Amino acid sequence: MNIPEELKYTEDHEWIKVEGNVATVGITDYAQGQLGDIVYVEIETEGDAIDKAEIFGTVEAVKTVSDLFMPLTGTVSKFNTKLEDEPELVNSDPYGEGWMIKIEISDESQLETLLSAAAYKEVIGE
Amino acid sequence: MEAKDIALNDVHIQLGGKMVPFAGYNMPVRYSSDIEEHKCVREKVGVFDVSHMGEFFVSGAGALNLIQKVTSNDASKLTIGQAQYSCFPNETGGIVDDLIVYKLGDDEYMLVVNASNIDKDWNWVKKQQTEDVTLTNASDAYCLFAVQGPEAIKTLQKITDVALNDIKFYTFTKGKIGGIDDVIISATGYTGEAGFELYVLAEDAKKLWAKVFEAGAEFGIQPIGLGARDTLRLEMGYCLYGNDIDDTTSPLEAGLGWITKFSKEFTNSEALKKQKEAGVSKRLVGFELNDKGIPRKDYDILNLDEKVIGRVTSGTMSPSLSKGIGMGYVEFGQHKSGTEILIAVRNKKLKATIVKLPIYKKG
Repeated sequence: MNIPEELKYTEDHEWIKVEGNVATVGITDYAQGQLGDIVYVEIETEGDAIDKAEIFGTVEAVKTVSDLFMPLTGTVSKFNTKLEDEPELVNSDPYGEGWMIKIEISDESQLETLLSAAAYKEVIGE
Repeated sequence: MEAKDIALNDVHIQLGGKMVPFAGYNMPVRYSSDIEEHKCVREKVGVFDVSHMGEFFVSGAGALNLIQKVTSNDASKLTIGQAQYSCFPNETGGIVDDLIVYKLGDDEYMLVVNASNIDKDWNWVKKQQTEDVTLTNASDAYCLFAVQGPEAIKTLQKITDVALNDIKFYTFTKGKIGGIDDVIISATGYTGEAGFELYVLAEDAKKLWAKVFEAGAEFGIQPIGLGARDTLRLEMGYCLYGNDIDDTTSPLEAGLGWITKFSKEFTNSEALKKQKEAGVSKRLVGFELNDKGIPRKDYDILNLDEKVIGRVTSGTMSPSLSKGIGMGYVEFGQHKSGTEILIAVRNKKLKATIVKLPIYKKG
């Protein structure tokens, strides 16, 4: 299982890469493996200010629909438009080309609530 | 209740199968990718371990009478070596289960039922058993492998002397395959592809599985999980019990009039006959999405005036068509193929069209 040390995580199986005031968000290798083939990523919240734990989009696998939750309060500043035609990038490169959104972080103190790689490993029972 | 392991549980884990509890059994839902496995069956050959399915044997002088009473299709039409799709109607207009009836010999039949309904079906048939009938629930004794796809026949012909070409659709024979005697080789399946279902005793199952994979290696054979089984059947518009049919849906509403034969009497046949004469109020249909998106079970179906006219019972992304497809019940009159409908997907209403079954029509 690929769980990069330098990233932060949530219990909803999202990863977060923080650079300055911007967080890049995607779903983990574990999550994509559990979901199976991702066939549709629907994110229509670009430009919206959304609270932590609220839904920012939906990811659909062949068999299942899963909501995507904001790991931090902020504004969705960018959506990975490549996923519109190539949702399978979430399977093949979850931490790279399969990223989903970028968030302009509103409250940096929330960063402390994110999980480390080691803590996420425990969440998935690794 | 703890889910039971099927006989080849270890084999599936070794193959990388993701095992999930399904209908009381730990079943492989996928080995690599649902889409890849789906395409393997459409283009090459794949093998499903569907050993969770139930097998009941019915024998004795009263066997046919009992089957005629509990099933909707006319089993008196069967000759030895023929199989028939059928259902158990209940007394309140719905369906207890759908099944396949095999005529094994004079006064000897096998009923193959859904895993999720084994206990319910067994009690249902048992309750109506007469003294001249012997009933055996052999579900745990048998494994069932479905070998499906355009290369299925070539694969299996390598390991049997039985002339597989002579086994026509919905017929079967008992023969030696992969060195194992008395395997029921049935030209049936749930994918829309050519292929066979092999009923083998659990103790011989591992050997047969290995032989099939050895024979199919040159054709690119792969194990296929329940995920792809569902997308394959849905492309064909085959009903899945618990989704498209259940205790409350009538076989006539479900488009199963062709297996509901009023030439004989059976459970609830009078009421169903009346329903047929009066006309049903809803019909099960297949549809394709014209907009991007995926329909799912329980989403509303609307007409173009945005009035709710039904509900989705099964939905998925079709790997063969690369678009959303589904089945669902709509009000009678709005069920004709070509009818434009809307599917309520979250906060959107996506355009879709009712299509004739199968949804996926082969080239």
